[in-house]
Amino acid sequence: MNKRVRTRFLIVLGVTVLSIALFAGFPPSVAKMKEKVHLGLDLRGGTHLVLQVDDAIRAETDQAIEGLRQQLQRGNVIFRQLIRTQNNIFQAVGVDPAKDSDFRRILNERFTEWDLISTAGEVPNTYTMRLKPAQEREYRDQSVDQAINTIRNRIDQLGVGETVIQKQGGPGQNEILVQLPGVDDPARVKNIMQSTALLELKLVDSGPFPSAAAAAQNYSGIVPANLEVLPSVERGLPSGGEGSFYVVQRVASISGRDLKGAYPSRDENGRPAVSFNLNADGAQRFGRVTEENIGKMLAIVLDGRIQSAPRINGRITDSGIITGGATGFAPQAAQDLSLVLRSGALPASIKYLDEEVVGPTLGADSIRAGLTAAIVALISVVVFMLVYYRLSGVNATIAMILNLIILFGALAYFGAALTLPGIAGVILTIGVGIDSNVLIFERIREELRAGKTAVSAVVTSFSRVFITLVDTHLAALISAVCLFLFGTGPVKGFAVTLVIGLVSNMFTAVFVSRTLFEWVLNRKQRAETALSI
Amino acid sequence: MIEIFRDVKVDWLGKRKLYLAISGSVMLLGLISLVVKHGFRYGVDFRGGTIVTVRFQQKPDIEKIRQLLRENGAPDSQPQELAGRNDVLIEFQGAKEEDASAGRSIIINALNKGFQGKFEVLSATSIGPKVGDDLKRQAVLATLYALLGMLIYIAFRFPTAPQPGWWLLRLMDFLIYGTAAVFAAFHDTLLTLGLFSIFNREINLTVIAALLTLVGYSMNDTIVVFDRVRENLRLRRRDSLETVMNASINQTLSRTILTSGLTFLTVVALFIFGGEIINHFAFAMVVGIVVGTYSSIAIAAPLVLIYTNIRQAALAPAGAPTRPVVAAKMTKGPRPAKVR
Repeated sequence: MNKRVRTRFLIVLGVTVLSIALFAGFPPSVAKMKEKVHLGLDLRGGTHLVLQVDDAIRAETDQAIEGLRQQLQRGNVIFRQLIRTQNNIFQAVGVDPAKDSDFRRILNERFTEWDLISTAGEVPNTYTMRLKPAQEREYRDQSVDQAINTIRNRIDQLGVGETVIQKQGGPGQNEILVQLPGVDDPARVKNIMQSTALLELKLVDSGPFPSAAAAAQNYSGIVPANLEVLPSVERGLPSGGEGSFYVVQRVASISGRDLKGAYPSRDENGRPAVSFNLNADGAQRFGRVTEENIGKMLAIVLDGRIQSAPRINGRITDSGIITGGATGFAPQAAQDLSLVLRSGALPASIKYLDEEVVGPTLGADSIRAGLTAAIVALISVVVFMLVYYRLSGVNATIAMILNLIILFGALAYFGAALTLPGIAGVILTIGVGIDSNVLIFERIREELRAGKTAVSAVVTSFSRVFITLVDTHLAALISAVCLFLFGTGPVKGFAVTLVIGLVSNMFTAVFVSRTLFEWVLNRKQRAETALSI
Repeated sequence: MIEIFRDVKVDWLGKRKLYLAISGSVMLLGLISLVVKHGFRYGVDFRGGTIVTVRFQQKPDIEKIRQLLRENGAPDSQPQELAGRNDVLIEFQGAKEEDASAGRSIIINALNKGFQGKFEVLSATSIGPKVGDDLKRQAVLATLYALLGMLIYIAFRFPTAPQPGWWLLRLMDFLIYGTAAVFAAFHDTLLTLGLFSIFNREINLTVIAALLTLVGYSMNDTIVVFDRVRENLRLRRRDSLETVMNASINQTLSRTILTSGLTFLTVVALFIFGGEIINHFAFAMVVGIVVGTYSSIAIAAPLVLIYTNIRQAALAPAGAPTRPVVAAKMTKGPRPAKVR
């Protein structure tokens, strides 16, 4: 064996051993392979969810309106009303014209996050404010990040391995991707996430009432716009338990954003309760609200349902307690609620955009189907190559199998999961491999027909076809990279295997195949040797 | 030695009018089908909605399923039996906007009323309409970027010397090979989409992936032919472009047919054994390989020739006898390899 061929053989051997070690460990074993080759959700079964963080901006606008109302009242600026016209826009309608400069001063000093975009309106002296786009983006990102943290905390309690929880989509999309392998009951997952809804503390205007209608009656049929009727899930109330309703302020005094922590505790009667504390900003506001409303009731609202409505006995700043009504919480319920509060200080509510569940049976079916297709494809191609190109077909077969080994090694190395479209990509890689080999072999035959010796035919063909292969592979690579960059989900999985397959095929079809040819020609040591092709 | 083709001498480019007629009429048929059927049949991935696949223990009564669904809040759903096991696929358009997953519970609750405990949910997919629109936009964007990238790449790998004239024409002279290749790929996509409409097959995300693969394949075939044209133009300076192109197509013909045939084999394996989910993908590929092979011979090369002929005729002095078109000169490109 001459030196050139020996070096080439060593390189090929090295790559092969490395690839096998990457996907099957060293020494290789099936157990290690199962550990190293990740299967996608579609193959192993699991739940795939896309969530959207919904109204973070709306809540922010409501907070600003409330803040402005207080500032204006403190500064004795008279106005007709403050209303939110869009998620990120609100109006101050009918502000006292004499106080124009005061109004603008308050805006400039206290509401730097807002742009005054218009002073026109149906009513004279109407000011329209819009949240600065940069600020809006920041709030959005913040709320998405916070939601991701919350969901991760929750999901971790499920004890599922290899979960994916990440941001998805472009800026302003507020989408979160959640993938839970092995979980095929989305109802359970959602139960856990649904309870991560919004915590709000709202002042009670009146109540409790036995029904929503009765509550409205109290306001002669129409509940004012700044109030709303909420159901209560409190137990042991005089009005008859579950069917009780309160009329509360629409705008929350304190929301999940302000919560610092929550933990199970005991109320003054020694019954299980939940204590919570607030961050500095929240504590300041909470202190003011409680101070101004001593004697009134404060509703603790979770996901739009009142948990309890304790009476405010004094100024509370940074901590509070949620009692379980007359009978108290069951110990487990107190545990759960504090967990929900602690991990679930979601600043905004979430919406499910996309849900995909694959049962384990289908996953196993798909693996079987995909493998069968791949093996049938491989065998039929190998048989054809051996019949059509005789001994050179062995060459192509070795190159192709090596290509697959490298492909799996790279998949394991990058930690990319093998998905169903990924298997399609693998089969396509087999196709690309054949194409390269056919191109080379056909060229060698052509050169031989033109009267060249075997050695010169092989050399000429490889260098000519190399140019073609670079062109075809690069063009395919460009499209695969576009798929990867701009595609989503299944398209991406397909692109990943295709990119790896293209690169490794360039190595196997050109380098490996050529090494084998040179080795055969070298062994015979005669220039006039006939090739079996 | 088995050989399928040897020394083929077919005048491929002489039949270019025939190709135009074939491609044109298939595209027209597709267009008519699109107009008649009011657009494509999009899969749930693009429309938004719910698909639930259920496996029953015994062969299910589709009529009963349909009735259960109709009576329990899913009147517009279409249960559809899948070949093989006792699997039923149920599509449901309802439950829009707010909560994409509501459709799943509606369907499972409805089935529970008649088949409690006698079925297993294999998979359930719910996609909100917003996600569907995003996906559609992204798929189109991905394709356009891929095509643009390849146009630029091929233009630089197969540059032709610009002839005198208006700057746009000169740019076109430079880009003609890339443009022809991209046009051929575009032609394949359009034709395949047309066939999808004619055969009433639905277009979903995996079909888009197949179309993109197809674009890659078509490019691959076209580049192999162009590459040979480039090589031959350098070797046979006296021959006309048409002669060189015909020779190049003939020389690469056995490769084209072999590769396409073998790839066809692997895709047919996918089509038969790949299971229900891969099926649409495989169909697109089966159609696409045929169309892609055809277009690399019948669309890409003829386009370059037609363009060059028109340019040459316009440049020739009026009244002068038309001479055989001289091959467009390649300005750059790799040199022929040295033989060791």
